[in-house]
Amino acid sequence: MARVLINLPARAGRGEIIEIKTLIAHPMETGYRLGPTGAAIPRDIINRFLCTYNGEEVFRTDLFPAIAANPFIAFFTVAAESGEIVFSWTDDHGETQTEVRQITVE
Amino acid sequence: MRVLLLALAVAAAAAAAPAEIAPGDRRSGYDFAGPESRVMQDDDTGNPGMLAVLQGEVLWATKARGADRSCADCHGDARTSMKGVAARYPALEPAVGRLLDLEGRINRCRGEHQGAAPFVWESEDLLALTAFVAYQSRGLPIAVRGDGELRPFFDLGSELFHRRQGQLNLSCSQCHDDNWGKRLAGAVIPQAHPTGYPVYRLEWQSLGSLQRRLRNCMTGVRAEPYGYGAPEAVALELYLMARAHGMTLETPAVRP
Repeated sequence: MARVLINLPARAGRGEIIEIKTLIAHPMETGYRLGPTGAAIPRDIINRFLCTYNGEEVFRTDLFPAIAANPFIAFFTVAAESGEIVFSWTDDHGETQTEVRQITVE
Repeated sequence: MRVLLLALAVAAAAAAAPAEIAPGDRRSGYDFAGPESRVMQDDDTGNPGMLAVLQGEVLWATKARGADRSCADCHGDARTSMKGVAARYPALEPAVGRLLDLEGRINRCRGEHQGAAPFVWESEDLLALTAFVAYQSRGLPIAVRGDGELRPFFDLGSELFHRRQGQLNLSCSQCHDDNWGKRLAGAVIPQAHPTGYPVYRLEWQSLGSLQRRLRNCMTGVRAEPYGYGAPEAVALELYLMARAHGMTLETPAVRP
């Protein structure tokens, strides 16, 4: 499991626009670099990030090899109602890491 | 006459020694970094160095094979036991009479008390644990003074800092004492105060130690870098920490 930092308000007013910031540990190996033996280091990047709010998709992005290690992704959404915000990162090995955070809307 | 002699002596010393930075003019690398890097460092959820601190926290509580003991088993809660420790390193290890930096100390502890193989220098685990320990001193002033029994090590470090080296025949001091604030190609020359190590360097896209940074500069002037843990490298670390005495620790810092 990669280490993850997620910053979102625990509470928000209904209809309020909130910023969500995420950071995940990942080497984001481009596939273009050569290792000590001269052979290319195989590509290994997170290629998709998805965020759902109570099951509804609110943000999704495709990532490409030019993105730096430990990708930081920030975006905005509208605090509609209390519930679960789910974040998932999928890498080149097809593995997905999922994190869940709660938000209270009042 | 005595006054005149003294004045002459002072003038001679000033002419011989390169201009040292006055305490009031000392600035952390943070002040030379761009606004984006500063924002990144200040936000604990956007600072990639914090990922290493999180990992270090896990390692702190992980029992090492061998003595089946974790750091926490002896040292307890790092928030209290490790507070201020990073501000005092490098320090002398009395048993062996050797100067150890924080990484060296952690590895020695691993061998002596945990019965485990030392971490490889610059490995992710060693950097993470060092970052976690140093993070406990964030906001505290650097307390290293190169006096007393540390004096010979401090003198060695100072000598290395002022010695011209490499094919470019440059000393550390020529850039960092005499020309800080100016540019070396596109990059601003900072004053070389080790205020935030291990540091997350954007160029490296990873965390790195002060020794890695020193090696970087040495290859830059085309000198043969010291090996990791070499007495010269640690003495240089000591000199830099003493030179930055009283400045605030920022670990994990973000630098370009």
